[in-house]
Amino acid sequence: MTIYPDRLSPNQDDFYNQLMDAHDGLTEAESHALNARLVLIMANQIGDPGILKDLIDTARGYAHV
Amino acid sequence: MAYDYAPYPYVPPKGLTEAEPRHPVAIIGAGPIGLAMAIDLAQRGVKSVVMDDNNVVSVGSRAICWAKRTLEIFDRLGVGERMLEKGVTWKIGRQFHGHDEVYAFDLLPEDGHKYPAFINLQQYYVEEYLIDRARDFPDIIDLRFKNNVIAHEDKGDHVLLTVDTPDGEYTLEADWYIACDGAGSATRERMGLSFEGQTFQEQFLIADIEMEDSPFGDEAVPERWFWFDPPFHPGKSALLHMQPDNIYRIDLQLDVDADAKEEATEEKVLPRIKAIVGDKPFRLDWMSVYKFRCIKLDQFVHGRVIFVGDSAHVVSPFGARGGNGGIQDVDNLGWKLAAVLQGEADEGLIGTYHDERSHGSAENILNSSRATNFMTPKTPIEALFRSEALRLAHDQPFAQKLLNSGRLSVPCSLEGFDLQTPGTAQIAPGRPAVDAPLSGPDGDTWLIEEVQGQFTLVGFGDVTLPQIAGLKRIGINQRADYPCFTAKANHAMRRYGADIAYLFRPDGHVCAVFKKPSQAEVQNAMDRAMAQSSEDAA
Ligand SMILES: Cc1cc2nc3c(=O)[nH]c(=O)nc-3n(C[C@H](O)[C@H](O)[C@H](O)COP(=O)(O)OP(=O)(O)OC[C@H]3O[C@@H](n4cnc5c(N)ncnc54)[C@H](O)[C@@H]3O)c2cc1C
Repeated sequence: MTIYPDRLSPNQDDFYNQLMDAHDGLTEAESHALNARLVLIMANQIGDPGILKDLIDTARGYAHV
Repeated sequence: MAYDYAPYPYVPPKGLTEAEPRHPVAIIGAGPIGLAMAIDLAQRGVKSVVMDDNNVVSVGSRAICWAKRTLEIFDRLGVGERMLEKGVTWKIGRQFHGHDEVYAFDLLPEDGHKYPAFINLQQYYVEEYLIDRARDFPDIIDLRFKNNVIAHEDKGDHVLLTVDTPDGEYTLEADWYIACDGAGSATRERMGLSFEGQTFQEQFLIADIEMEDSPFGDEAVPERWFWFDPPFHPGKSALLHMQPDNIYRIDLQLDVDADAKEEATEEKVLPRIKAIVGDKPFRLDWMSVYKFRCIKLDQFVHGRVIFVGDSAHVVSPFGARGGNGGIQDVDNLGWKLAAVLQGEADEGLIGTYHDERSHGSAENILNSSRATNFMTPKTPIEALFRSEALRLAHDQPFAQKLLNSGRLSVPCSLEGFDLQTPGTAQIAPGRPAVDAPLSGPDGDTWLIEEVQGQFTLVGFGDVTLPQIAGLKRIGINQRADYPCFTAKANHAMRRYGADIAYLFRPDGHVCAVFKKPSQAEVQNAMDRAMAQSSEDAA
C-alpha cells in the first residue's frame, strides 16, 4: 500500500473548504464534471502509474463496504 | 437537584437622588464577560460600575466547556481553582459514525500543566463564582442589578448613560463605556452598527438532563462524544457532554424546517432523549432550540464605546469558542484600559485591542463556521463528500482528520501584531505563555501564576536580566538577586529553551525574546508593547 496515512493535516480544513467553495453555485452535473477534472489533474500531478493503480484500487475497494 | 437561582438584591442607586461623580468605567452587562472585565480592572485598581438588567445568573446552562487558556485567565482573576474543583475535567473527544467509533483526539497529551485541556461547568456556576469574586472588591466594583441601560451618548471625552430601574430612570457619566450586553446588544443596535454574517438554517435542540446513571453507557465518562448519523437519531448529528451534579448536555441537530416551538416541548424532547438513554430514569433540567450565527463587528472600538464578548462577536457553539473567545477579549483589554486610565499609555493602545481581538474572533468564526458547515451539508455534493469522508475515516487516518465536529478553542496567537517585537524562539512573540511546573523560594508554583498580571521578564538558564523600573524579573534554572525558580521535571526548559529571556505582557502573551537582553532593548520592547514605540516618540 502506497497511501500516505495523512499528508493533509494541519491544513486539512483549509483544503476541505477550498474544495467545497469550488463547488459553490454549481449544478450537480457541473459538480460531477468538476470532480472528474480534478481527479484527472491530480492523477497527472501524481504521475506514477503504480501509485495511481493503488489509489484507484483502494477507492474502489470501499464500493462494497 | 436543579440549580437554585437565588436573586441578587437590587439596591436603589445613588444616581436616582443625586448626581454621581463621573465613573472611570461603566460596564453594561453582568454576564461572564462583564463580570470578568470588572474583576480584571479591579485587580489593577480601576473602579467600575457594572449594570445588569436582570438579577439572576444565566438561566439555563448555555456555555459548559471552558478551555485551558480561559482557566489560566480565570486563575489570574481568582476563580480558576474553584472552577477546576467543581468542573468535570476532560481532554478526549470521540467521534462516531453510526455505531462505530471512527476517531478520537486528545487535547492535552502531556502533563506538567496546572489546568487541563477543558473543564465542563455550567455557565450559572461560572457567573456565581465571578459575582462572589467581584464582591471581594466592594469599594472598587459597584455591581447594580435591575439596572437596565436604555440610552447612551458619546460626548467625546466621556459617555452619558440613561439607566432604568424599578424606581425609575437616572443618568450617569463614565470615561469609558464597555458594552458586555451580549449577542443581542442594544448598544450595538442603538449605534446602528451592522452585524451581519452567516446564519445556519439548521436548528439544534440543546438539552440538559439530570440522571443518576450515565447516558455514556455503563459509567460516567468525562469525554466529548460526537456522532455523525447516530443509530438513535438517524441522518443527523448528536453531541454528549458530562457536567457536574449528574447533569449531561445533549445537542441534537434537527431538520431545517423543524418547528422550533413544537421541538422545545417535553412531548417532542422526551422521546428523543429516551432514544439515547433507554429506560434509565432522568429529569429534564433545561432545553432550548437554537439557530446559530457566526458574526462579528467590523470595529470593536468606537470612540469611548468598546465592545467585548458576545456583543462584538457570536459563533456557533461547536468548538466552544464563544465564552472562551470573550474571556480572551477581557484579558487583552484589561491591562490596556488600566494603563490608559492610569496615564501610563496613550489612548492609541485601546485601538490595538480591536486589532488583536478582531483577529482572534475572525479565527474563531472561521473555525466555528467550518465545523457547522461540515455538520450541515448544504448541497448534494457537499453531502456526498461528507459521507465519503466518513466512509474513509473508518480506516484512513487522513480522512479521520477531515471529520470536523468542532475544532476546540485554542489560545489565539498575536504573532505579527504591532505590539510584539519580532523574534525567534520556541514560543514565538505573540503566543500566550505555555504553563510549566516550578519550585521556588515559597514552594511549588506554576509558570502561569508567575508571569501573568504585569510585565514580566523571565530568564531561562544562563542569561542575565537587566533591571528596569516597573518590570518584574524572575529566573528559571539560574541564580540571581531576583526570585529564581527550578524547572520541575525540566518542563519549563523543554518548553521555552535554554539561555534565553522572554518578556511577557500583563496578559501573559510573549511580546519579545532576547538572547542577551540589554536594558535598552528590553525597555524598547516594553514601550512598543504599550504602543509607545520609538517611531511615535520621534
Ligand atoms: C447553547 C449554547 C452553548 C454554548 N456553549 C459554550 C461553551 O461550551 N463554551 C463557551 O465558551 N461558550 C459557549 N456558549 C457561548 C456563551 O454562552 C457566550 O459566549 C457567553 O454567554 C457570552 O457572555 P457575555 O457576557 O458576552 O454575554 P451574555 O452572557 O449574554 O451576558 C450579557 C448580559 O448583559 C445583560 N444585558 C443585556 N442588555 C442589557 C442592558 N441594556 N442593560 C443592562 N444589562 C444588559 C444581560 O442580562 C446579560 O446578563 C454557548 C452558547 C449557547 C447559546
